[in-house]
Amino acid sequence: MRNKAVFALIVAVIPACAGAALSNLPSLRLPLAATVSYAACAFFLAGICLRVLRWASIPVPFCIPTTCGQQKSLVWIRPDSLDNPSSGLGAAMRMGGETLFFRSLFRNTRCQVANTRAIFTESRWLWMGAIAFHWALLVIVLRHLRLFVQQVPASVLLLEKIDTLFQVGIPGVCISDLVLLAGLSFLLGRRFADPVLRYISLFSDYLALWLLAGVAATGLLMRHWSRVDVAGVKQFSLGLATFSPVLPHNLGSLFFAHLLLVCALVAYIPSSKLMHMAGVWLSPTRNLANNSRAVRHVNPWNQPVVTHTYAEWEAEYRDKLKEAGIPLEETDVEATYSN
Amino acid sequence: MRERVLIGTGLALFLALFTYPVWWAAASGTRAAAPQLQLPQHASACVAPASFMRASHMQLLSSWRNDAVRRGVHKFRSPDGRVYDVSLSGTCLGQCHSKAEFCDRCHAYSGVSTPSCWQCHNDPQLAARSIQ
Amino acid sequence: MSKPPIQIDLQPPVGDWADTSPEFRKGSWCYSATPQNLVQLGMPNPRQWQPSDLDWKLPENWKKTILDGMKERLAKFRSFRLFMDICVRCGACSDKCHFYLGSGDPKNMPVLRAELLRSVYRRYFTLTGRIFGSLAGARDLTEEVIKEWFYYFYQCTECRRCSVFCPYGIDTAEITMIGRELLNLIGCNINWVLDPAANCYRVGNHLGIQPHSLKDNLEFAADELEEITGIRVDIPIGKKGAEVLFVAPSADYFATPHYYTLLGYLALFHEIGLDYTFSAYASEGGNFGLFSSHDLMKRLNAKMYEEAKRLKVKWILGGECGHMWRVIHQYMDTMNGPASFLEVPVSPITGTRFDNARSTKTVHIAEFTADLIHAGKLNLDPRRNDRWKVTYHDSCNPSRAMGLLEEPRYIIRNACNHFYEMPENTIREQTFCCGSGSGLGTDENMEMRLRGGFPRATAVRHVKETHGVNLLACICAIDKATLPTLLDYWVPGVEVAGVHELLGNALVMKGEKTRATDLRGEPIPAVEQEAAHA
Repeated sequence: MRNKAVFALIVAVIPACAGAALSNLPSLRLPLAATVSYAACAFFLAGICLRVLRWASIPVPFCIPTTCGQQKSLVWIRPDSLDNPSSGLGAAMRMGGETLFFRSLFRNTRCQVANTRAIFTESRWLWMGAIAFHWALLVIVLRHLRLFVQQVPASVLLLEKIDTLFQVGIPGVCISDLVLLAGLSFLLGRRFADPVLRYISLFSDYLALWLLAGVAATGLLMRHWSRVDVAGVKQFSLGLATFSPVLPHNLGSLFFAHLLLVCALVAYIPSSKLMHMAGVWLSPTRNLANNSRAVRHVNPWNQPVVTHTYAEWEAEYRDKLKEAGIPLEETDVEATYSN
Repeated sequence: MRERVLIGTGLALFLALFTYPVWWAAASGTRAAAPQLQLPQHASACVAPASFMRASHMQLLSSWRNDAVRRGVHKFRSPDGRVYDVSLSGTCLGQCHSKAEFCDRCHAYSGVSTPSCWQCHNDPQLAARSIQ
Repeated sequence: MSKPPIQIDLQPPVGDWADTSPEFRKGSWCYSATPQNLVQLGMPNPRQWQPSDLDWKLPENWKKTILDGMKERLAKFRSFRLFMDICVRCGACSDKCHFYLGSGDPKNMPVLRAELLRSVYRRYFTLTGRIFGSLAGARDLTEEVIKEWFYYFYQCTECRRCSVFCPYGIDTAEITMIGRELLNLIGCNINWVLDPAANCYRVGNHLGIQPHSLKDNLEFAADELEEITGIRVDIPIGKKGAEVLFVAPSADYFATPHYYTLLGYLALFHEIGLDYTFSAYASEGGNFGLFSSHDLMKRLNAKMYEEAKRLKVKWILGGECGHMWRVIHQYMDTMNGPASFLEVPVSPITGTRFDNARSTKTVHIAEFTADLIHAGKLNLDPRRNDRWKVTYHDSCNPSRAMGLLEEPRYIIRNACNHFYEMPENTIREQTFCCGSGSGLGTDENMEMRLRGGFPRATAVRHVKETHGVNLLACICAIDKATLPTLLDYWVPGVEVAGVHELLGNALVMKGEKTRATDLRGEPIPAVEQEAAHA
């Protein structure tokens, strides 16, 4: 198990090294940086769309929501319209709860077995780690908009302002960075420390986390240690956005390591488990209303099957049915024959 | 059918959000040009090399602040041996740069929040003098 | 002491799970389906074999069959493809499975159960898996893998508990269902699923009770009810033009303690004067097709609507059964509907329109009875159940594939004076399976059943110790069949009953004689006390 983690780390370090090497190739760094960035973005956008379209092209033959609360039945019983939605609106709200607040994960409990007893304890650690990581990542991505949009939107500036509220250090330490680091360390740490997690983790589970860790580490080093010429970075990213790439000469190896790690990560997303970010929206146990008895769910391929029809059955058991006095469907066939 | 519309809308939204920089740049006519800074006419060198200043001026100013306020050191010897007064208002803004035409341009361009320096060291008279 | 008690250790082994293969230890697997049953259902590769054999006599092209089957299902079930793609192995599901908690076998963690299939999916259906192989979590499909699938897909009761906790709603029931469908394609199936299915298909119910025996059984029940209550109830079978077709799991006709629930239904229907009928053709509510394949589920389920149409009833009432309600609630209308020949169910007694069932036209008896009680149509004397301290076990399917949580509780609260809930983590949508669902309730599988039922049993033990609970009420025929054995092992002294048995006990029928016994034929303490006071 350990070697999966180590191997994933080695693989994750490759883009960082490649980036550092690239920064030392004066004539190639612009064309290569631009090509890699465009390719990664194209991979990311097209890949996600293709995978979603592929999922979307597969039918949902049955209405199979996992119900986590009281159904809507008798008027005097209060239905749980969020965890057991009976309408599309309810299902949308449930989906909102899943994607924004990870409600299902919030339910998490830990069960231990001791002396033939199962002991349940509330276990919100995974939820906390996950929600911290994901929200922090979102804030960080949004903060990066300042590098991609000219006339930085006021909302992005405000976000940065709030994020550096504590005004520690110059430039200020972002709360989101700390939260992301804590979340990532937790998510990675539990894969090492928890024997169950260690047992179920695959190479790709470590790879995704290492890549994210690499992106975060290089980003933080650029901000707080080696310091990058932010205006230069912005020139580069605006160059990408306007399809006229430029590369100020003073962007160093750390910037290229960061750039290539980000490229590797976003290019990796469509072919990896990170597609959960799109897939969760399509999950039929969560996005359907539990109204299959009230509204017929149609299965486009509802295939015909061979059944044992009533007529066949009655033919087989006619005597016994007659003997038992159970009403028959057909008039007495034997009597007809004998006439 | 309804589901297809939903998925299609979702994907369109996803694409729109992630390509925001591209279509915004196209719509607003953004160019990938560096910010236009007004450079001092009578000084040829800064207190430290420009490449250092670009990335790390805030560190230098921070150490100046510490020197002047906490250690009582009011002189700064640059790497090339020249000596300057440790003063943002007097040296930087007073002798070379306009906040509006120099500092703010770059800060606004990169979306770097205005540091708290300006709460004190923003003397309109000095700024006016520097432009002369 | 004949056997050592079951030991549970949740510490996972070291090493890679992909390198381990299951040991077919006695007590942890079910016998293979007999060739006769396969032939009767027209299913592939009928032969004599057992999972403990070295040679499973797979058909020559088994590998192609499985891969073609996967391809077909990946194109037919979005759930399947999506659940293959998006798992992040966060581990939230790991300690949610009763089989994992009872066995400590890491491949019983829902995440790994799915990985058994996912690894093959990656190898043959994804680019990264094809190129990077085991590095991408991909595995070759070998006979060992088939054996492993068999072992672990028949160690999952499709209870959906993991799906409640999964942040993406990944439902192992879907994965197990597909896994079993694939195994069925090459004739790897178990008799405890296909024997009832074959019986149900041909005769009409799981045990293969023929029409005349069904009639005898029901008449016998009427006799017994008369003895207890002094009232003779009429039990129509195949009555055309009745208002309601009543379908119950067939175990209710003869098995203990299901039978007392049947007496409860019969007393209730008589008391409210319901114009209903049983059917000998659709005499089974349960559907073991669900545990085999979607096609077989549809084939067995088709009888209900066909019979309702033939008998010209207005709507269908379904009895106490777990997986039957999964089929009725989530599959029936889609598979065999629309039931335009039926009417939107309206309770003839209260006038309540069951809008929640306006399309399937099928009402759960707990909904029906709760409505009767709420409308004040039943005269109930809960003291007759005073010897019971009752807890309620939510059956997997009605709770997690329907949300029928309050209706049965409402009935119990009105029919009993002493009702205690088990701990929160073990009821409602978090309920634990009996460990024998989805066709695994057979005796040769006993060790695994006891292990799988352990979390449920330990919760029962908790309420036994804290409240003196001595009866577990439920609304599932498999629960009633298998929980007595389970509780005997883990929590001796707690019995099992259907909710409508308790209702039947409490139901004061018009013109009934003073009941000396409850539906089990055991003395009613409250009555004894009354007699003493008189």
